[in-house]
Amino acid sequence: MSIRQAMLALLEDGPMYGYQLRVEFEQRTGSTWPLNVGQVYTTLSRLERDGLVEQVVGEGADHASDDAGHVVYRVTEAGRGEVSEWFTTPVPRTQPPRDELAIKLALAVTVRGVDVGTLIQRQRSATMAALQDYTRLKRSGRAATPDQPEDLAWSLVLDALVFDAEAEIRWLDHCEARLRRAAVDGVRRDARSTPDTSASTAPDRSVR
Amino acid sequence: MSAPVLHLDGVTRIHGEGETEVHALRGVSFRAHAGELVAVMGPSGSGKSTLLTLAGGLDQPTRGTVRIEGEDVGALGNAGRARMRRTSVGYVFQAFNLIPALTAAENVALPRELDGEKSRAARRLAMTALEEVGILDLADRYPDAMSGGQQQRVAIARAIVGERRLILADEPTGALDTDTGEEILRLLRARCDAGAAGVLVTHEARHAAWADRVVFLRDGVVVDESGADPVDDLLEPEAAR
Repeated sequence: MSIRQAMLALLEDGPMYGYQLRVEFEQRTGSTWPLNVGQVYTTLSRLERDGLVEQVVGEGADHASDDAGHVVYRVTEAGRGEVSEWFTTPVPRTQPPRDELAIKLALAVTVRGVDVGTLIQRQRSATMAALQDYTRLKRSGRAATPDQPEDLAWSLVLDALVFDAEAEIRWLDHCEARLRRAAVDGVRRDARSTPDTSASTAPDRSVR
Repeated sequence: MSAPVLHLDGVTRIHGEGETEVHALRGVSFRAHAGELVAVMGPSGSGKSTLLTLAGGLDQPTRGTVRIEGEDVGALGNAGRARMRRTSVGYVFQAFNLIPALTAAENVALPRELDGEKSRAARRLAMTALEEVGILDLADRYPDAMSGGQQQRVAIARAIVGERRLILADEPTGALDTDTGEEILRLLRARCDAGAAGVLVTHEARHAAWADRVVFLRDGVVVDESGADPVDDLLEPEAAR
């Protein structure tokens, strides 16, 4: 996740100090990707090094801080350029993020002795429980009646989580159906090629 | 906690016999309490529609019992079951099943009138139900002058009219677009939050997620459940029978 671009984009809204940036970020994304304040400061100092943000020096002050002593940052012209490039460039899908579940399932169907059916069902239940949680958040709290832009942003992030969980469950259903079909086909194949052996010889092993 | 509104105990349903015998449900136990929405998910042929027809007293189990508000549905007889369907159980179908020649209010009032309610009283109840689902202004409209979402709201009003305590919904969002479908779930949810017990059969995970519990059926057997049983259940394992 690009904290760098997110920080820059927030600063487009106006100068802010580190803690404010963190609060704003979490307001709009609902603490889905918790950000520690240390990360924010590290990012800010890198952005400053690269000339994308600068400290705001107040009237008559010799160092950059507001009345409460916070160091306030604003985006530079170069920083604006980077933000606008971020917003106009699609997020690349050339390198799909590593999907632990897909990898696990790919191995489960090929490694001997794994109960793939149980694996699928356990995962489906767990994902459904998460989906129930997201749905609860959607129908109560600030995402349910989004009158502020930040609330709308958070409710859209929730939708992303919902769609994601839903897609995963649909994919698990699909895997289950295909594996069952493959098992049935396997039994038929076995029955044809070796009529003398009983069809009860582990049909799941003959999937591949 | 009181007894479940719907209680299936060791229910088996076999269609046909001998060679062609099909086990639609095999020893399924299932409960829905007041205030609870339970979703049932499973591929076609898993038995989820059978479960709903048995729950609504439209069909009888081969073995096991179905109780609604403590009453054994099998022991009621046909007339008793018909009465129970008009007074205690509300059905919502994918295809709305409204009567085209009747207005929204008349459709909703019908089960009350069939139950012997005076037509004015029945209309009053119908108006309350229509208001609850947010379409009081469409009371005198005919189904063909309404959108799919509005028709399904009428169907829900018909399912809840007269304070029925068990709502059975069979893919109620199937024919609707995403936003309208969500509205329908919001209504079902609200009705359950207000004290009804709801059973929702769906193949859409996103819709099942509105439920307190999700029950997974495979080949007529409950294979898993997500979401917690009401805590009180642990305290009264037998008392609910």
